[in-house]
Amino acid sequence: MIRLQNITKVYSMGKIELNVLRGISLTIEKGEMVAIMGPSGSGKTTLLNLLGCLDKPTSGDYYLEDREVSHLSSNELAQIRGQKVGFIFQTFNLLPRLSALANVELGMRYAGGSDRQRALEALAQVGLSDRANHRPTELSGGEQQRVAIARALVKNPSLVLADEPTGNLDSRSGEEIISILTTLHAEQGISLLLVTHEANIAHQCQRIIHLKDGQVVSEEIV
Amino acid sequence: MKKWFEPLSTAWVGLVTHKLRSFLTILGIVIGVAAVISLMSIGRGAEARIISNIESMGSDLITIRPGAVTFGGVRSATGGAATLTMEDAEAIAEQVTYISAVAPSYSSSLQTVVGGENMNSQVTGVTPEYMQVNNLELANGTFFSEADYQRGMKVAVLGSNVKDTLFGDTDPIGQQMRMGNIIVRVIGVLESKGAMWGSPDDAIFIPLTAMQQTVAQPRTIQGERVVSSISLTVSDEEQTGYVVAEITSLLRTHHQLGPLDDDDFNVMSMEELASTLSEAIGTMTLLLGAIAAISLLVGGIGVMNIMLVSVLERTREIGIRKALGARERDIWGQFLIEAAFLTFTGGIIGVIVGWVVSYLISSTGLLTTVVSADIVILAVSVSVGIGLFFGFYPAWNASRLNPIEALRSE
Repeated sequence: MIRLQNITKVYSMGKIELNVLRGISLTIEKGEMVAIMGPSGSGKTTLLNLLGCLDKPTSGDYYLEDREVSHLSSNELAQIRGQKVGFIFQTFNLLPRLSALANVELGMRYAGGSDRQRALEALAQVGLSDRANHRPTELSGGEQQRVAIARALVKNPSLVLADEPTGNLDSRSGEEIISILTTLHAEQGISLLLVTHEANIAHQCQRIIHLKDGQVVSEEIV
Repeated sequence: MKKWFEPLSTAWVGLVTHKLRSFLTILGIVIGVAAVISLMSIGRGAEARIISNIESMGSDLITIRPGAVTFGGVRSATGGAATLTMEDAEAIAEQVTYISAVAPSYSSSLQTVVGGENMNSQVTGVTPEYMQVNNLELANGTFFSEADYQRGMKVAVLGSNVKDTLFGDTDPIGQQMRMGNIIVRVIGVLESKGAMWGSPDDAIFIPLTAMQQTVAQPRTIQGERVVSSISLTVSDEEQTGYVVAEITSLLRTHHQLGPLDDDDFNVMSMEELASTLSEAIGTMTLLLGAIAAISLLVGGIGVMNIMLVSVLERTREIGIRKALGARERDIWGQFLIEAAFLTFTGGIIGVIVGWVVSYLISSTGLLTTVVSADIVILAVSVSVGIGLFFGFYPAWNASRLNPIEALRSE
């Protein structure tokens, strides 16, 4: 499903070069649920951005479903994001002036067109059928994140990436989100990668990858 | 939802979110388009009015006026020379075909007195054919007859303005008026032709034979009687060009001009005059439109300004859309449609406002306005073009944003 070979990422800020990722190799199987842990500055988010095709590695190969994607143009990457990758952000990133339903539909917009029925189904999967016409500001944090999950899942992506999905939530909403994610993973066999600080969340995944200073320091199977 | 519909609805949501801002931006375009429409409608109205005036004089009319003469390198104004004569008019009537009537006239400015009213007016001595040739119509009374002409009767027909000035609301028919050193009797009043250059409204017409009794009609060196102008009508309008050419060559011979001399007269057909004038007014209309188009341009810059602000404000939204798979052309398409939508709406409203303004202008009675379809189509398409042109840079900026940085922005 995903294979990274010796991926590096260097940000040059003027004269200083910042080696954020220093040779990461890892494999993620289809249908796996994997947590990425590590202290801040260890390169978790950069790795997630690369996996999500939002960014390109400085060197190394990235195979997504057996296709080498690290050298594609920005438009080709956009197409992959649209069709194969679902993002769940720490800050939800919903469009404030659109209803929950419209936000979910937006998830399909660039993947071949909206389908209201499918969007309603996705909202039902996260238990928000009755909130379809509410705007994000009228929803609680946990509900907003559930809308974001529906948006990520609505196009049946190959890969879902979650960057600290519970980071902005109280622990009760956080647990709810994790239980939705684990349920969806179990039921639909989605490949799910999530970055987290919290060990108890990481331990609900099948595998935990520990990063430090831009390298994989250890992997543990739960 | 249909695929083509989504970008439109996205643009719509974007615009209604900032109602006041969108309104002000549209206002710039509205004013520009309305200015173009109303100014050009004034130009077109003037054109239509002049053409109808010329047509009212008769499109079969040809007027011959004395041309400029050169004395020692100094050129006098057109009409200043005394080169046309009664004999010219007679020769034309006899020798040129396709002519239905010829009417020579001799004008002079004379002091005219009626009771206490005193006016310096243009008195024109004409033949009886003059009325028919120049398409004049009588409001009341009669024009003088061939017999009156032959006998040199002292009778006058007044232009409508002259009648108003000298007689006010009283009936002038049968009244006497003193003109230079003769007393004439008013026998008719002409229908108004409307304001224009050389309008018969301001003239007094008397028989040319009577004219000769009060003003000595000058003679040329050859002893021919000088006239101010000769007007004539062609019997077949198709032959106007031929008639003009015939007259020109006849008069050149008659005036004994060598092959290198300029014409000392000027033959103008109404057809030609109409096309010359409408061309001149067309240029003026274009100029008015160009001035108005500047305000449209300023409106376009307003659109660009707003779009730049809008892109900046929605950086995060752009990042989200990109993360969801929007390609560069999806993003710039979205902003471009927004810009085009703004200016299209502005264009439509501008057309309505411009239409209303030109209607109000023409309802004051001072100016005639004509709103024509080509102006409307031009103004709307130019305004949409402006939206696309000035929206392009902001839209392109938006599409080039780095998604990661865009997502991080507040």
